[in-house]
This record gives sequence, structure tokens and C-alpha cells, in this order.
Amino acid sequence: MLDLTYEAPKPRVIAGATGDWELVIGLEVHAQVASKAKLFSGASTQFGAEPNSNVAFVDAAMPGMLPVINEGCVALAVKMGLGLKAKINLTSAFDRKNYFYPDLPQGYQISQLYHPIVGEGEVIVDMAPGVARRVRIERIHLEQDAGKSIHDMDPHMSFVDLNRTGVALMEIVSRPDIRGPEEAAAYVVKLRQILRYLGTCDGNMQNGNLRADVNVSVCRPGDYEKYQATQDFSHLGTRCEIKNMNSMRFIQQAIEYEARRQIALLEDGKSVIQETRLYDPDKGETRSMRSKEEAHDYRYFPCPDLLPLEIEQAWVDEIAASLPELPDAKKVRFVTDFGMTEYDASVLTADVESAAYFEEVARGRDGKAAANWVINELFGRLKKEGHEIGESPMTARQLGGILDLIASDAISGKIAKELFEIVYTEGGDPAAIVEARGMTQVTDTGAIEAAVDEVIAANPAQVEKAKANPKLAGWFVGQVMKATGGKANPAAVNQIVAARLGL
Amino acid sequence: MSIDRETARRVAKLARIKVEEGDLDALAGEFNAILGFVEQLNEVDVEGVEPMVSVTPMRLKRRQDAVTDGGYQEKILSNAPDAREGFFAVPKVVE
Repeated sequence: MLDLTYEAPKPRVIAGATGDWELVIGLEVHAQVASKAKLFSGASTQFGAEPNSNVAFVDAAMPGMLPVINEGCVALAVKMGLGLKAKINLTSAFDRKNYFYPDLPQGYQISQLYHPIVGEGEVIVDMAPGVARRVRIERIHLEQDAGKSIHDMDPHMSFVDLNRTGVALMEIVSRPDIRGPEEAAAYVVKLRQILRYLGTCDGNMQNGNLRADVNVSVCRPGDYEKYQATQDFSHLGTRCEIKNMNSMRFIQQAIEYEARRQIALLEDGKSVIQETRLYDPDKGETRSMRSKEEAHDYRYFPCPDLLPLEIEQAWVDEIAASLPELPDAKKVRFVTDFGMTEYDASVLTADVESAAYFEEVARGRDGKAAANWVINELFGRLKKEGHEIGESPMTARQLGGILDLIASDAISGKIAKELFEIVYTEGGDPAAIVEARGMTQVTDTGAIEAAVDEVIAANPAQVEKAKANPKLAGWFVGQVMKATGGKANPAAVNQIVAARLGL
Repeated sequence: MSIDRETARRVAKLARIKVEEGDLDALAGEFNAILGFVEQLNEVDVEGVEPMVSVTPMRLKRRQDAVTDGGYQEKILSNAPDAREGFFAVPKVVE
């Protein structure tokens, strides 16, 4: 694969009272595995079901129930690992993370602390054409989600729904390679793009299917480079973890606030205490979440109910062979094969559906023209109505039909836009519409000459002016286009007007 | 490693087991006895021996990704001390 060259973005610098500060950020992204059933039970993962209806006795931790792993979830985690060019661990194991909370009936979460299924990988986070951050992935592990507690339905009670309990999550852990709030959001966007390309998670943040814990610390310029050279964390500041964020905007706001809070503490001669914090979007601030230190004592130990998970290299190879083309590769191919800009390629490869739509339009046609029409006309029109590409009333075949009519000179560019609007709103076959409504471009020189002569005869004063100032010929071209309902071939009109005016 | 009274108190609290003040010293003593017993195992030389995770050479049992369970809200809630509108109702817990 050909690589687009890129350089790293500049880290975000915040000017403090005692000098400049830089940000160091690492993320733990929890992505709900797109499986039908839960990680260790046969209950459904369907969102929005009646409370406590997607719950098996295993999920409710009834005595004597034992977990049995869902092979589909394992396959999707492996697939994600391969998508991040990561090492797949053929042997991994499950551990219990112990804590008490009403929405965790087992009293522990089954996770993979010591032996995760996926090891080190990487994500290229695009910031702008030619600018990208390579973020190292430390690991991906499989774990159970907890249930949902609702605190606002009753003044004295909390209500618990276990539908989510036991749903499989992939926790994707990055190294502290992210250097600013925008990069952090762009990283989540890129992960979501890869998750969706692979079909390993639907990436729906509103439903909580993609959530991020963000680790933030600050350091002085130069310190981060020392860390990178030695991988010694002592060069970096103390970090705080902001939990459970499910919006790109909040991620950025929270990091911004948290960095400034830490800088203020340090410049005040105080120190940052490593802790878990929550972002309050209403107040725009983070606050300490767990005051009790012992809440962090999870007493991990290997889960005695589950043998180590052993998978075969042949099975991993099979999954690898089924991987679709990923966004980075697709982007490079669009740039090289269609000669489009990296920016256009980024727009078209943002999601699988857009890319597939474009490729169908471009097949056997001019790639640049196809890119233009898909991005400027179609995406513009869809955006105006708040529609996704999947909701487009115009099929790729229809748009391709319009492009064919332009390419064969059957319609002018101006008429093409009208035709686009008709096909978009009314549907139908573009060629048939052009035929039925007489929108065909007039290339018949005789007809154009007649129209030009008519305009010249009707405007003798303008003719004199144009002879003195050839720039005014454009006015005649406009009049002729108007008279022919935009159907005259503009190049032919230009030529004939110039000839008739003797320019 | 030796377990003192404070560690015993903390372990009990983490496990949500109520231990009377007067019982903490005895509990700490029992912990120490158990740890002492386990520590004897350290005398065995296990250099180069793979940790054994199971006494039978079994492969982890797996399931296909298919919905085969659930759909019985009333059974799930049947042991709940309090349930309302399909939810478990518990004393208010909010950070």
C-alpha cells in the first residue's frame, strides 16, 4: 500500500503565569461489540427493550449460573485488533474486577486485566491534509458492561435496569500520545470510523455504545519528548481520569477545563492528585468523582469460572482474510486512482456508505467529476435536509446517469443542476426526463446562430458598445442562453457571438 | 505479609461484611494463619513449570452469537425486595 506522507501536528500549548504548558492525553474507549447476544449469556443486546427483559439468569448473577463465552464477540474483538494492525494474543484470560454497585449484580465485572486478547497496535489520526498523529494502542480487552441506574424517577429510590449488564465491550486503550483537545476528538472520530468500517461496533454515542475515559496531564515543553525517548512516565505530570464521556464536544471541553484546572493548581504551588473525575456539561467543569480511595481497590484475580481463551492462528488468518478495505487504504487509493485531493478523499471515505456510493458513481466515469458531484451537489443537498447518505433519495445509478448526459454533451452544466434537482425531488431516469422535458443541449449550430442573430437585431445599442468593449460580449451570451432556456451549448454560443460581433 | 487490625477492617468493608469491633483482632489472626499456610507453598521450586489453570485438559466452552435466553422480566424481578415498572428499586445511590 502506498502511504500518504504526513507530519505530526503541533501540540496544544497553554500559556500560564509561570510559562508555557503542554497537554498529554491518553484515552480508554469503550466500544460495545456489535453482537446479537451478550458476552457470557444468550440474552439479547437490543437497545431500547423493556427494562430487565434482555436479562438471562447469568446476567442477574443467580446462584449456580455459569458464564459461557460468545465466540462471535471474540471474533469481533480480533477483527478490531487486526484493523488497528495490532498483535493478536492467541492466549488471553479473564479476571474479576470486584466492586459493589446496584447495577452490577455479580459484585464483579469480568474483564481482562493481565492477559488481554489484543496487544499493541496503532491509529493514524488525521487532523488536516498532510497532518496526522500516530497514536499507539496499548491493548484491547473484552469485558462486561454494567447495568443502568436511573436516579431521577423517584426522590428516594434508584431504579435499576440490567438489560445492558453483561453486554460485551471492547476497551481500546491508547498510549499517552495525544497532545490536544481537538486531537482527542479526532482520535475518537477515527476509531469510530474504523469500528464502523469493520462492523465491530455501531459507534452510536447517543445510545452509549461508544464512551471514552480521558486521561489528562500537563507538562512543560520538552518534558514530553523526554518521555517519548525513554518511555519513563516520571517526565510527565500526574494525570486525572475523566470518566464516561459520550460526545466529541464534551471530550474537548472537559480536556480544556481539566488542563487549566491542573495548571492553576501547579502554578499555585499545589499538586495534582491522581483521581477520577466527572465532567458536568451544564457547569462546564470537572469534579472529583470518588473521594473514597478504597473504591479503587478492585482486588483483581483470575476468574475461576472461565478457562483461558485459546484461539488458533488459522482462525485469526481467516478473520484477517475477511477484513474490508480500511479508511486509510481507501483514501490513498482514491487519491491515486481518481486524482482527487486528499481532502476530497477524506470526505468520501468518512464512512463506508459514502465511499461505496462514490465508487458506484465513478465506475467507468471521470473520477474527479464524480467526486465533485457527490461532494458538492449530493452531500450539500443531503446536509441541507439533515439526511445521511443512506437516506439519499437519489441512487448512485441516477447520479451516474446525470454525469453520462454531461459527458456526452447532451446537457449543459447549468441544465445538469436543474436535472439534479428534478431527479432528487421527483426521482426517475435522468435520460428519460431530459428527453421528455426537452432539456437536451442545443448543439445544432443553425439554431444557435438564429438565436444569436435575433438577440443582435433586437439590441443595436448594445452591439455598438460591445464592439468598443469586447468584454460586453458576455451579455449577448447570457441573453442567448436565456432565450434558449439554458439549453444552448455555451462554447458554441461564445464562438458564434464573437464571430457575429466581429470580435 | 502480616494482616493487622486496620487491614482486616478494610478487607471486611470492601467485601461488605459487617465485623464487630471486638472481632477484628481475631479475624486478623485468622487471615495471618491462612497466609502463613499458603506461604509454605513458596518453598516449592516451580522454576520453568507452566502454571496449571485446570486439572482437566479442557478447551474453554464457547457459544455461537445467537439470542437464546432472556425475555422473562417477571422471573428476573421475582426475588427483588422492591420492583417498580419493570425496574429493580433500590435505596437511592447517586454520587
